[in-house]
Amino acid sequence: MALKIVKGSIDRMFDKNLQDLVRGIRNHKEDEAKYISTCIDEIKQELKQDNIAVKANAVCKLTYLQMLGYDVSWAAFNIVEVMSSSKFTYKRIGYLAASQCFHENTDVIMLTTNQIRKDLSSPNQYDTGVALTGLSCFVTPDLARDLANDIMTLMSHTKPYIRKKAVLIMYKVFLKYPESLRPAFPRLKEKLEDPDPGVQSAAVNVICELARRNPKNYLSLAPLFFKLMTSSTNNWVLIKIIKLFGALTPLEPRLGKKLIEPLTNLIHSTSAMSLLYECVNTVIAVLISLSSGMPNHSASIQLCVQKLRILIEDSDQNLKYLGLLAMSKILKTHPKSVQSHKDLILQCLDDKDESIRLRALDLLYGMVSKKNLMEIVKKLMIHVDKAEGTTYRDELLTKIIDICSQSNYQYITNFEWYISILVELTRLEGTRHGHLIASQMLDVAIRVKAIRVFAVAQMATLLDNAHLLTGNMQRNGICEVLYAAAWICGEFSEHLENPVQTLEAMLRPKVATLPGHIQAVYVQNAAKLFATILKNQEGNTDSTAAQETSQMMIDRLPLFVQSANLEVQERASCILQLVKYIQKLQQKDVEVAEEVSALFAGELNPVAPKAQKKVPVPEGLDLDAWINEPPSESESEDEQPKAIFTKEEPKHSRPRHTEVDEKELARRREARKQEQANNPFYIKASPSSQKVYQEAPGVEHIPVVQIDLSVPLKVPATTPSHPTGLPMSDQYVKLEEERRQKERAEKKKKEKKKRKEKRSGRGKKHDSGPESEEDITPAHVVDIVTEEMPENALPSDDDDKDPNDPHKALDIDLDKPLADSEKLPVRSHRAAGAPKSSAEDGEAENATPQEPKKKSSKEKRDKKKDKERDRKRSKEEKKKKKHKHEEKEEDLLGGQAEEPVVQSEETKEVEAQPTSTSAEVSDLDFWLSNAPVPSNTQEAATVAEAAPAPEAPAGTAADSEPEEPKDTETEESKSSKHKKKKQKKEKEEKEKKKKKKHHHHHHHSDGGGEESVQNGTVEEEEPLPPMSNYCLLAENSYIKMMMEDADQVCDIQGNLQDGSQVVVSVIFENKSDSFLKSMEFNVLDSLNSKLQRPEGSGPHDGLTVPFQLPPGVSNEARFVFTVQSIVMPQKLKGTLTFIVKNEDSSTHEKLDFKLHFTCTSYLITTPCYSDAFAKLLESGDLKSSSVRLEGVNMPFHHLLARICFHHHFSVVERIDSCASMYSRSIQGHHVCLLVKTSGQTVSIDAKCDEPTLLGNVLDEIKQTFSQC
Amino acid sequence: MVCTDNIDFTIPLQPATDRIMIKFVLMVNRQGQTRLSRYYHSVELSRRAALEADVVRYCLSRKKDQCSFVEYKDFKLVYRQYAALYIVVGITDSENELSIYELVHNFVEVLDKYFSRVSELDIMFNLDRVHIILDEMIQNGHIVETNKSRILAPLTTIDKMVDS
Repeated sequence: MALKIVKGSIDRMFDKNLQDLVRGIRNHKEDEAKYISTCIDEIKQELKQDNIAVKANAVCKLTYLQMLGYDVSWAAFNIVEVMSSSKFTYKRIGYLAASQCFHENTDVIMLTTNQIRKDLSSPNQYDTGVALTGLSCFVTPDLARDLANDIMTLMSHTKPYIRKKAVLIMYKVFLKYPESLRPAFPRLKEKLEDPDPGVQSAAVNVICELARRNPKNYLSLAPLFFKLMTSSTNNWVLIKIIKLFGALTPLEPRLGKKLIEPLTNLIHSTSAMSLLYECVNTVIAVLISLSSGMPNHSASIQLCVQKLRILIEDSDQNLKYLGLLAMSKILKTHPKSVQSHKDLILQCLDDKDESIRLRALDLLYGMVSKKNLMEIVKKLMIHVDKAEGTTYRDELLTKIIDICSQSNYQYITNFEWYISILVELTRLEGTRHGHLIASQMLDVAIRVKAIRVFAVAQMATLLDNAHLLTGNMQRNGICEVLYAAAWICGEFSEHLENPVQTLEAMLRPKVATLPGHIQAVYVQNAAKLFATILKNQEGNTDSTAAQETSQMMIDRLPLFVQSANLEVQERASCILQLVKYIQKLQQKDVEVAEEVSALFAGELNPVAPKAQKKVPVPEGLDLDAWINEPPSESESEDEQPKAIFTKEEPKHSRPRHTEVDEKELARRREARKQEQANNPFYIKASPSSQKVYQEAPGVEHIPVVQIDLSVPLKVPATTPSHPTGLPMSDQYVKLEEERRQKERAEKKKKEKKKRKEKRSGRGKKHDSGPESEEDITPAHVVDIVTEEMPENALPSDDDDKDPNDPHKALDIDLDKPLADSEKLPVRSHRAAGAPKSSAEDGEAENATPQEPKKKSSKEKRDKKKDKERDRKRSKEEKKKKKHKHEEKEEDLLGGQAEEPVVQSEETKEVEAQPTSTSAEVSDLDFWLSNAPVPSNTQEAATVAEAAPAPEAPAGTAADSEPEEPKDTETEESKSSKHKKKKQKKEKEEKEKKKKKKHHHHHHHSDGGGEESVQNGTVEEEEPLPPMSNYCLLAENSYIKMMMEDADQVCDIQGNLQDGSQVVVSVIFENKSDSFLKSMEFNVLDSLNSKLQRPEGSGPHDGLTVPFQLPPGVSNEARFVFTVQSIVMPQKLKGTLTFIVKNEDSSTHEKLDFKLHFTCTSYLITTPCYSDAFAKLLESGDLKSSSVRLEGVNMPFHHLLARICFHHHFSVVERIDSCASMYSRSIQGHHVCLLVKTSGQTVSIDAKCDEPTLLGNVLDEIKQTFSQC
Repeated sequence: MVCTDNIDFTIPLQPATDRIMIKFVLMVNRQGQTRLSRYYHSVELSRRAALEADVVRYCLSRKKDQCSFVEYKDFKLVYRQYAALYIVVGITDSENELSIYELVHNFVEVLDKYFSRVSELDIMFNLDRVHIILDEMIQNGHIVETNKSRILAPLTTIDKMVDS
């Protein structure tokens, strides 16, 4: 019986599935929390059971509870258990729960690695699919590193379902483990042309996303994407691609030109609004990035604006919103085109949807002119009044201020109106932007001198009615305006009508409830006011008034002396004592006003916020130098031993002393900053320093903008009877209109009215004011003093990129060939007899916890350097492109009709040879330039022209292409200069692309090919740059071969000990004007080194070079050699045979060469850490040897750079003039160097486990330095 | 030069919010109860609740005649209302709002096809299935699939597997 009950309850427990839970929650609306807590208890019981079905059910319920906001992280381990169930239905539940609950810091994730790997390789595609989906949610850097290779394999899965998911998740993997990007990229690129559209779209997604962050690395893919864009019908994919192009065009304007046409076609043809919107957006982006002056430029903009107008006019609010959003992008560059739709935009201001109104507000910025500013602002003020929410109202407020203050108050013709607007805005309760209004008031009052009288009057009213503003002070940001009001009244107190009244208002007890910084300003400015009042009153015979004022100060100030705010207290007590002293003097009938006002004398001028920063450091001033020499090191060394025996004190005190100094300094600096922030005088001008400054260069340098105002300044009487006493800005609108009408009438009469001469700023120079484009002359003579800058201010400084962007780590050059160290980690069982040479490998793989991180940090560092180089390179590229661009301008315009079909062929060709990156680059150039291939016919024409006068070939060549040689020359010098700079910085030598770039410069058709003289001269023009690993292999009049032997790739899968490979890159450059084809590269194998030939070919067959060379073109091919022993340098003889094809004939030619494999070329730059390095040296397995170099005359770092560059070492550590370096051979020999320098002597102590190799490497190093 | 200095250029640890196109998908009813949530970047549980409440408040407060895009903090919300159910998608600034708007509709159409006249209850009781559908359509913040039959293919296979 009892058993039955137990069983029954267990059954019930089992029965409660997700549906029951959901129902249960719905049925317990009143005590939901209690119900759920009992459910959770049940679930905990269920999880304790062994039955996986029960567990899965429990986890399923937990997932639901998690969604409701309950923490289920305690069940993480159970989730992992369910994930590892063999039954798919349960596994799925586990993964779903994991994807919802796990995050990067969930520690059980570590346990899942193997399970996920198993699932990824499961024969059931849904197992794999669910694992991939889950992984995309909780992948961690560790998981990414461990699984990258597995996922990469899945990218080539037979099932598109898996491929698609694998491709997408790679993006996450890249983010978490940036090192995986380069190895995985080629395969990712392949997927762009996957037969399955889903996979294709996934690849597009990933690459677009990558490319949008670091566009420059993906420029070479542009042709491929272009093809996709013209062929794809999936709108979602199209949108992605178009977005991508938007990111690429700023880097490559030519791409933009190419895009305009297909994009405008799409705009015309598509019915999908989302696509239309994207196209418009991209066209805008393209046009922004293109320099102006394009012929159909304005047409495209017009088209965009028209389409956007249709969107905005649509009844669909979504379209309206987006239309306005896109419009604002156009506004930035083509304000005129948008302005013509002003009516529509103003209409949107009245839209019922707040989001739309906000967008319209953004646009207003560009809509205003002198003519309509007042009208627009009036409209906005109405909106302000009836705005329902504070957010929108605040937005309106900032917009009003933005619009009015934009470009130095360009559109304001009447500043009285503007001040009134500002004052009206202070009536907004609960706004956050009080400080914004305040700063505007300050700015206008300081910079527009003529407005001061008016402003002061207004501010006095504000102060008088301060209680209205400060109803509920705590959350009311508007009280900030009192800060401005008090300051203006104090500073320009000479304009006050009734200073005593204002002074009284400033010292009211209520003031004490204001925020501290405002009180401080009150107190300080009360003192200024007091000074002014004294001055006024002293003139009078009656001295009692003055004494009364003093008494008032003395009565009221103690309130502030008690303030909790330090600033207020300090100022108040200071001023209080001062006033007391003054009172004493007054009682003795001493005239004090002059002296008191001297306290606050001095003219104010606005200083630009950046002025201080822009003052260049005077010559000879070294801010980092010690003013007093710090105690020298030797001194302390002398003292140290003493200290051990005597008291510790002296030894201790010194460093502490300096430390305190440091802290003290920092503290003072901080305090000063604080003070400056709170001090209204600081930025505006500290009177004394300003004065000094002014006196030195004279006042003429202050730029003053003059605006003519023809109506006399009229301060409307502020009526105290009026409840608020605040003026209505509207009356100024009217006044202004009247004024304008009058002006127009006057203009008609052509009566030149004499402008009323106003106080013209004490003889300051007047610049012509902003020109009134619309016949509106501003009212009043107003000086707008522009902000001051020091005379020798430096030009504006630019900002850097956000360093925290995770995509920064993905800024990786994808064209660079893969290095050995970059292969994705493959988990495999190590061979039992692991070679001792791979000890380091073992270390890395042994996964001591800190090792991988260290490594990655190192790699990141490398990458950073790469980036640096890239940046430089792109600069160079740009220069080059610019140049090419000029050259091909004509072709560009003429050849625009060329259709992408032609180019796609070209693309395929590139795809066929993925290794030759140079081809890709040049191909991109070609694709972009649209130029016709340097066709034979054209070439023939040149030759034909040259033919009639064979005696003067050089002359004709110069005639036919007069510009070319000069261009090339300058370019060459440019590039070589660049090169030198770069090479200094270079660490790794595998900088191939760049060199190839260099070789593009050789594309000059130098007239007749058979003129060897000419070839010779050309040769002389291009000395090999000092640090290149390319060396001339052989050349004749037809072809030049350059070899780089630096690039080794070890077959990572094979055993390092028997199959070592060396890859030789050879650049073939066609120097003739004939077509070179059927090139065959052959090398006579030695016992030790063999050229790898395709299977089935004999040992003496040559290798066909996989390209042909049109005249003047160079290309690179790579050949793989197998090398047995690497301890000795070796030479191989080889021949290149090729066919020279001319117009009418073709001949066989051949060129012999010798390949020189130095021992250095067997070394691979391998980073090594000092601890590993020390271990290696201690191991005692290494033989040592040393070499001395005399007369080396170069800086130490150059020396190191050279060794790194030419001999593939990396620096382990460097201390002063001593450095340890490391490298590893392709067969795993360690080579360690200790380089020391003193004077011109460099000694290198070296250790290696292979003495012969070491000897040879040292000889080669010696040779390198003997050559220079 | 470059090779000789030992300065560590390690990039500081990245902030948790990777720049992902779609940040989350939410299904909430008019009462503000979450019916489905899927985050494509990690958000702490406590912040999820706050975010959801906030987002719902934003969307519910909007009238029918207002546009479906809301600027919310540093990203955008695209929402669509189906009877009492709101589907809200958080996207980054650079995403195309209209395409997400269409995606939401596509999603609902797929649900409709699978559940034949989908209702709020369907979603509540078959949360895991809805998740499968969503995962077929969106993966780590990107649109993967929009073809209805292809989205449903794995789910129907799974259903058959469970049945047998």
